[in-house]
Amino acid sequence: MHRFANPARFQRLAGAILPWSAGLTVLLSIVGLWFALVASPPDYQQSETVRIMYVHVPAAWMALFVYANLAVASAIGLVWKHPLADLAAKAMAPIGATFTGVCLITGALWGQPMWGTWWVWDARLTSVLILFFFYVGHIALTNAFDDPTRGTRAAAVLALVGVVNLPIVKFSVDWWNTLHQPASITRLDAPAIHPSMLTPLLLMALAFFGYYVTVLILRLRHEIVCRKLRALRLTQGMGAPAMVEQGGS
Amino acid sequence: MDEFTGTALACVRGERLVFKDLSFRVGAGQVLALTGPNGSGKSSLLRLMAGLIRPAGGRLAWDGADIADDPDAHRARLHYLGHLDALKPTLTVTENVAFYAALRGHRDPAAVSAALAAFGLSALADLPARFLSQGQRRRTALARLLAAPAPLWLLDEPTLGLDAASLDALLAVLRRHVATGGRAVIATHAPLDVPGLAELRLGSRAP
Amino acid sequence: MMSALALLRRDLRLALRTPGDSATVVLFFVLTAVLFPLGVGPEPNILARIAVGVIWVTALLACLLSFDRLFQLDAEDGSLDLIALAPAPLELLVLAKCVAHWLVTGLPLIIVSPVLAIFLNLPGEGYPVLLLALAIGTPTLSLIGAIGAGLTLGARRSGVLLPLLVLPLYVPVLVFGVAAIEAAVAGLPARPHLLILGGLLALSLPLAPVATAAAIRQALE
Repeated sequence: MHRFANPARFQRLAGAILPWSAGLTVLLSIVGLWFALVASPPDYQQSETVRIMYVHVPAAWMALFVYANLAVASAIGLVWKHPLADLAAKAMAPIGATFTGVCLITGALWGQPMWGTWWVWDARLTSVLILFFFYVGHIALTNAFDDPTRGTRAAAVLALVGVVNLPIVKFSVDWWNTLHQPASITRLDAPAIHPSMLTPLLLMALAFFGYYVTVLILRLRHEIVCRKLRALRLTQGMGAPAMVEQGGS
Repeated sequence: MDEFTGTALACVRGERLVFKDLSFRVGAGQVLALTGPNGSGKSSLLRLMAGLIRPAGGRLAWDGADIADDPDAHRARLHYLGHLDALKPTLTVTENVAFYAALRGHRDPAAVSAALAAFGLSALADLPARFLSQGQRRRTALARLLAAPAPLWLLDEPTLGLDAASLDALLAVLRRHVATGGRAVIATHAPLDVPGLAELRLGSRAP
Repeated sequence: MMSALALLRRDLRLALRTPGDSATVVLFFVLTAVLFPLGVGPEPNILARIAVGVIWVTALLACLLSFDRLFQLDAEDGSLDLIALAPAPLELLVLAKCVAHWLVTGLPLIIVSPVLAIFLNLPGEGYPVLLLALAIGTPTLSLIGAIGAGLTLGARRSGVLLPLLVLPLYVPVLVFGVAAIEAAVAGLPARPHLLILGGLLALSLPLAPVATAAAIRQALE
């Protein structure tokens, strides 16, 4: 139906990528976890707790990476009105929110033995928390309208506002943290990474990336099917004899 | 000369195709009446003509120049009257109309009172709009058309809630507008007795 | 330009005709701040310690109250169509509405803030910077809030959604607004913080109307 043509090219590409990304995700997760949990030494300061880092740090990377993806997709959707970009942004946000959530939870799990408390207002954790709220707001805005197109467009503007604002939030939170830094605490990142830790870290990061690609393709397919269904329902509705006003006013 | 034209227009609202392959032409001194059943896209077409909606296909042109090239100039030459009267209940009738004129860059109290007089609102001029009846509200909205000059009027059901005398007043105003080279596009179910009238019938069902 | 002035004048006139609306916001500001001594106890040192933060946070919340009406009323009665069709850039008209919003909500908040500072036992050195920081910071709140108001136009439950979108964006203003006053109270220079607050305003002044206008055009489409 008109410009919402069936994005057949995407479907073909997705079909070709999906088995590979899914397979690699499983493989890399197994190897990465083996390195992270068994084959790497405990940290001399953090002892076994350091192993949380192999999940925490890749999750933080992915949280930022997905946001960058979201911003690019939103810009493409707004400027070129590419319907697939709108749907991609819609599909990305929950994945990014999940990575951000994983980052926060693992941060708390790490903080309990290290700081003796589940939550410390560490600058990085606080920034990630605000990024999480941002994702949640994006998802809520996307779904807040009766007309799904309006939701994705509004969320795209929000995503671009975030691109300007989030670095400022990061800067202000860092500033705030230096003003209120109580005593020197062990920060949530290792200052220098030993090569034996680098292997599991990179493997896990790749596994997370594979997971992201896999889930993104699945979610995008789902969104495309949903849109097709809506279009189908609308054309049927128009065929009915007694049609009343419908669609956005 | 100075033709307002649309060629092969398509309109998508949300994810619904409202119409496609729609063309029209309004010259100086012409009135185009949009007719058709509910949901055929009369209001959408008017919003599209005003530039509130971007066409999904086709082009709108004024005197041959695409209006998308200079949307500011297009907005400056049109009056749009929607379903809603856009009146602020706490402002008086005069203030409501004068605000609209000022928003369009015209600050002329004489024009505002003349506009109110044309629709028989002089006696209500200082009354807050919340006290107006439905018909009086519609007349106040219509008075905006005369408070600031514009060559193109886009009117969505302007006769809604008007009594016979007000309808005559509207037709008189329209005739004068047309006689001075103005043009109008009007979505309506009522017959319009205006010279230079053409009709564009929108289909009952979209393809 | 004339269009923007006309819109500014109309919004101010509307606010004057229903003064209750901005009075409600100010009352909310005062009441919420008064809850804090009741919540944490009347110990003067504790109050003095939290005074700045409480004033800023309640100012943010009070500001939020008024945003769902910023464009919603104009959208509901059709005025927003006429505003969007005015022969002036929509960005400029949005800016005019933000100025009007600040004059009827931000400015009253600044005026009553010293009263709250007395309630909360703010040390005397903080007062001039409190007023200055609020004067520079609250216009930014109006500008950023307008983005949220534009984005949530026509949304379901827009009243709940708007704070969710806007509050994370307010973090920098909160951080530097509080930091400036706390620096003054501690006898340190407040200038760097105030300059950053000014920078935030300078950044949001051109960018926020662009985003808001884009949001409004989408909402009308």
